[in-house]
Amino acid sequence: MDYLTIIQILDSTVRLATPLLLTCLAGLFSERAGVVDIGLEGKLLAAAFLAGAAASVTGSIWIGLLAGVAGSLAFSMIHGLASITFKGDQLISGVALNFLAAGLTVVVGQSWFKLGGRTPSLPTEARFGEWNLPFSDALADVPFIGPLYHELISGHTALTYMALLAVPLSWWVLYRTRFGLRLRAVGENPSAVDTAGVSVVRLRFAALVIAGVLCGMAGTYLASLAAGFVKDMSAGRGYIALAALIFAKWRPWYALSATMLFGLLEAIGNRYQSITMGDFTIPVQFMQALPYILTVIILAGFVGKAIPPRAGGTPYVKER
Amino acid sequence: MTKMPKWADAVLIPLISIFLAFLLSGLVIMAIGKDPVVAIKTMVQGAFGSSNGIGYTLYYTTNFIFTGLSVAVAYHARLFNIGSEGQAALGGLGVALVCLYVPWPHWAIALPAAMIGGALFGAAWAFIPAYLQAKRGSHIVITTIMFNFIGSALIGYILLNYLKVPGSMSTESTRFGAGAHLPTFHEMLAPLGIEFNKNAPVNVSFLIALLAAVGFYFLIWRTRLGYEIRAYGQSETAAKYAGINPVRIVVIAMLISGALSGLMAINNVMGEAERLIDNAVEGAGFIGIAVALMGRNHPIGIVLAALLFGFLYQGGGELSFWESIPRELVVVIQALVIMFTGALDNMVRAPLEKLFIALNKKKEA
Repeated sequence: MDYLTIIQILDSTVRLATPLLLTCLAGLFSERAGVVDIGLEGKLLAAAFLAGAAASVTGSIWIGLLAGVAGSLAFSMIHGLASITFKGDQLISGVALNFLAAGLTVVVGQSWFKLGGRTPSLPTEARFGEWNLPFSDALADVPFIGPLYHELISGHTALTYMALLAVPLSWWVLYRTRFGLRLRAVGENPSAVDTAGVSVVRLRFAALVIAGVLCGMAGTYLASLAAGFVKDMSAGRGYIALAALIFAKWRPWYALSATMLFGLLEAIGNRYQSITMGDFTIPVQFMQALPYILTVIILAGFVGKAIPPRAGGTPYVKER
Repeated sequence: MTKMPKWADAVLIPLISIFLAFLLSGLVIMAIGKDPVVAIKTMVQGAFGSSNGIGYTLYYTTNFIFTGLSVAVAYHARLFNIGSEGQAALGGLGVALVCLYVPWPHWAIALPAAMIGGALFGAAWAFIPAYLQAKRGSHIVITTIMFNFIGSALIGYILLNYLKVPGSMSTESTRFGAGAHLPTFHEMLAPLGIEFNKNAPVNVSFLIALLAAVGFYFLIWRTRLGYEIRAYGQSETAAKYAGINPVRIVVIAMLISGALSGLMAINNVMGEAERLIDNAVEGAGFIGIAVALMGRNHPIGIVLAALLFGFLYQGGGELSFWESIPRELVVVIQALVIMFTGALDNMVRAPLEKLFIALNKKKEA
């Protein structure tokens, strides 16, 4: 494996990790506020569909982004209505939303475009363009640094850079602002927050709004990358993001490394059908299952312990 | 003070929830420019209009009874098993191995063996999440989701590398022998002089599913183990005080749940396909969640809910054929049923409770 191959694999790692990172951060905000979100997958899918549909009709991916975020937000609000307002089971609501997205995108897509559930494919100008950072072309031929800068660091879409920026931003919001402190508190001990005179319901809805926006961006990224919406195109990424969230122990910087790791696994799996090590061949299916296996091992607490926010999954009921 | 009579809790609330779910589904059909009445007529005609339709409806019903019971057993112990999909897939592998590697002389001997194979593999796939939940506190919802994906990768690997017919394009195993062929309704009803469609896949597994539902009732409400499972589900601390071992209950409840999911394979793998194909479960495990929620975790409710979903599944197929409404409409209905009977339960319950309290007051006054 030469240097350029490594750079190329890392480059596709960043591409594949971008939607995972955005979705993982979405889950992070929601779960840190005490609302478990299995519905990430559904939000991702709904956003990808609406983004693909709006971008193909208007020809602008930025309008697509607006539509994607709106769709994802709508799903987030249904989740809030069920699990915060009506104090329903957050897990069941999430499962229902995943199915709702899987079904509605195809039913509505077929009615709108008559293409068997997909949206018309997006021309280049209706997708996110690659951003070439300054001096990228000039530096391309410089040995070692050139490919690193030209291939890996430069030449991604706006959303990738936004996703990377979202990591320090999330850290700052969660750990350096009053809102963040309250948000984390509401996921650990909501009655204490309530006693302090801060609305638990408002905080949790605010967390779901952030989660909705981030998932909307991730879904739009998927639609742009694949040049349109295809049935079930999220392909379990919402669940991988959920796994990454556990892997990251609900922390923003760890989320970056966890999603990059899972992106790397996917990139390697895409590039090599099977990996031979001496006499032993690692099957491609093993590479596909590895993120899930790693998550189970982490969950089992054999390698460090992942402790979720304490109030996660339980609706808050004021004492009467 | 009882807020509501028992019948309202058991029957009225689910009926209202389902009504709301179907009302919204009707609106979805109208929103895509179709006529809900025509859609329902097409579905009823497709699902019950011929013995072929009935045969398919009951075939799907059989799948959903097994997965619905599976989700319900776990739910009685307050465990949310999302892993029925993976457990049923592994059950398929167990059934396939039993049917492929033994030259069975007659189905009556092959069926019990296949049932053991399917149940064992399904239970084994539920064991690790169960153990991790009981011993290490790893959340069962997340681990069972992960195990669905791991299971699907595992089946794909085994199918591609070991069971696939060499040289064949499709990823499926060889056909099972004639001795492993389960009698279909056509063959079972012919001696009685009843003509049943030859191509319908419903088979003797349907009766096994009904037996499983009866067994479920006795297990949960008439045995010591069932009592312990329910006690644990109601209150873990109270169960511990009563001397119930929580690790044991979690593991046993999940093993039974996994075994029930694995049993589904006698219907779809042994009864219908008669070979192992990739993604044979086709989401039946997830429908089990809707079926259990809708059936209030009671066998009678589960059988009825499974029948409803069997009708939706078969009718939905007809819908895509005649009305060009994609069969994913069934997934939308499934989502709405889960939403209204599961997560939005309080939305229906709270106003009803108020109503009944007001009525009671009036009576007393």
